[in-house]
Amino acid sequence: MGISMAKVKKNKALDFAAHLKSVEKNYSMVQVLDETGKVVNEDLLPDLKDEELVELFENMLWSRALNDRSTTLARQGRLGFFAPTAGQEASQLASLYAFNREDILFPGYRDIPQLVLHGLPLYKAFLWSRGHVEGNLYPEDYNAMPPQIIIGAQIVQAAGAGLGLKKRGKKQVAFTYTGDGGSSQGDFYEGVNFAGAFEAPVVFYIQNNGYAISTPRHKQTAATTLAQKAAAAGVPGIQVDGMDPLAMYTVSKAARDWAVEGNGPVVIETITSRFGPHSLSGDDPKRYRTQASFEEWDKKDPLIRMRNFLTEKGLWNEEKEVALIEKYDEEIREAVKQADNAPKQKVSDFLKTMFEEPTNVIQEQIEYFEMKEGK
Amino acid sequence: MAQLTMIQAITNALDLALEKDENTLIFGEDVGKNGGVFRATDGLQEKHGEDRVFDTPLAESGIGGLAIGLALEKFRPIPEIQFFGFVFEVFDSIAGQMSRTRYRSGGTRTMPITVRSPFGGGVHTPELHADNLESLMTHTPGLKVVIPSNPYDAKGLLLASIEDNDPVVYLEHMKLYRSFRDEVPEEYYTIPLGKAAVTNEGTDVTIVTYGYMVREANKAAETLKAEGISAEVIDLRTVSPIDIETIVASVEKTGRLVVVQEAQRQAGVGAAVMAEIAERAILSLQAPIGRVAAPDTIYPFGLAENDWLPNEEDIINKVREIVHFD
Repeated sequence: MGISMAKVKKNKALDFAAHLKSVEKNYSMVQVLDETGKVVNEDLLPDLKDEELVELFENMLWSRALNDRSTTLARQGRLGFFAPTAGQEASQLASLYAFNREDILFPGYRDIPQLVLHGLPLYKAFLWSRGHVEGNLYPEDYNAMPPQIIIGAQIVQAAGAGLGLKKRGKKQVAFTYTGDGGSSQGDFYEGVNFAGAFEAPVVFYIQNNGYAISTPRHKQTAATTLAQKAAAAGVPGIQVDGMDPLAMYTVSKAARDWAVEGNGPVVIETITSRFGPHSLSGDDPKRYRTQASFEEWDKKDPLIRMRNFLTEKGLWNEEKEVALIEKYDEEIREAVKQADNAPKQKVSDFLKTMFEEPTNVIQEQIEYFEMKEGK
Repeated sequence: MAQLTMIQAITNALDLALEKDENTLIFGEDVGKNGGVFRATDGLQEKHGEDRVFDTPLAESGIGGLAIGLALEKFRPIPEIQFFGFVFEVFDSIAGQMSRTRYRSGGTRTMPITVRSPFGGGVHTPELHADNLESLMTHTPGLKVVIPSNPYDAKGLLLASIEDNDPVVYLEHMKLYRSFRDEVPEEYYTIPLGKAAVTNEGTDVTIVTYGYMVREANKAAETLKAEGISAEVIDLRTVSPIDIETIVASVEKTGRLVVVQEAQRQAGVGAAVMAEIAERAILSLQAPIGRVAAPDTIYPFGLAENDWLPNEEDIINKVREIVHFD
């Protein structure tokens, strides 16, 4: 005879179902604004001045405009790789708003809006999209890495940068983003665990938009939240309404403060949605998402609730918004023009950036290509 | 001058590197208080502090990411991968990330990282400790790969690797760690990367090799001398980039070439040397190029090592064949 199941169930310490439930309870979603823009949690209202609230909304509007224009540009073949961001404005930009320019950003490939508002000229973001090295030429004092294509690599690197900041005694943090699918990678766990073990100042974002290309969130893990994965590293994890800019800001600010004060890292799961496809490289979300799902998330649009919130406070009107969108479109047009002016890339230049000093074999190749390039 | 084993020369180099530049950091699994599983970092934490020499969680990929992040904060990381068979866990950080950082940033970010790791057969290690995986690294643009064969070179090459502002994979053959001593100067010195050494001069045939096989090749050269064959032995020291100039000059002199490696025939660096000579000095060759390498199987079970690993006898036989080819 094997172990009697009935006997096990009676033992409270071994009540696995109760255990799972108790874990879930610790990671309930933080929200400040509801879908209509009404404050539902006064205690967590961020300490932001009116002009800061407006600036935060402007950042989100800019990002939506950028998304819409980039989609058109990519379809016209005037941009290369582009991963749409519409729907994630609160998750991406209200989080960024809690950091400063000295904090080091490790973005994934969807996190272009954060890179630009952290200080990257827009035309460089377009050059990155097209596949031009100038898009990745970052000044020394620009604290970010180019968008990371290897999902998870940015997470272990952010842990290292966090340890570096701590060793230098700097009062800054590293912060990094991945998606729901990315939280299944080994590097996700290793990065968070390393930062925890070294008490390194790092804020890790999991932007959970429900899908990793076509694979729904529930196929990534049996865990009921992604935030609870922080427990495996022994660090705080928190789930936020990623469509709610005020909740995103409050939680991000608290996480940054916690990290910068020497308490170690925080993991933040943002519950969000992308309104568009995974990327414009042939993905059709209608293959794996229902119309109803799109409509349900449309109602949660972070722009709607922030717009309502600011309008209610007398800080926003339609006229202002129309004028801004026009301004953004103009800036985007200018940036495209600037990107068009980038010099043609040369293989000989690539060879020269392989090492500080070219090796003999590379020197031979430089000579060959310089001749070919007609120098 | 002191008589040091290779592992002592490595410890000495690390000590000097920590002294010379406060940005150098040594970290890995058990490299701190324990002084490393081979004692390569023995006493360094005690002398330089936990801030400079520290243990990490057991995760190679995390160690690679840690090195990259620390390099971005202008440190000069010297991470250790406990055995190079474990490189597969950290392949992305080395071959997918640090190797390409200078290039992908257009030269605005650099990775002055030296990844130290033991490898190599003949000491009956368990599975995936001894594998010769250097060609995985030499086939990756953006990396330099260094394999010393003696205590003197080990120190000078390690200090040069640490000084280098690009990533270097520095592989330490376990059988060479303590098998003999060598005169090693006490002061700081470097040996340029990418430069081979002629360890035995000769006129009839060139033997190009690296790592533990340098010892076997030198022994073979001694034996062959007695039968009237004068072999020139070249120790590559840096297996990427290869010092083509030195090899070409030697082959132009001898007219014959044998490449010797511990790695399987389909792996290693031998094929690269053969191709370069075929391309650059084929008219100097009086015979086909000979190759001594391990069989194309997975690295052997411990008890079969001696039957599997290439040795002096294999080298002698191949050299005779090439010298007497007509």
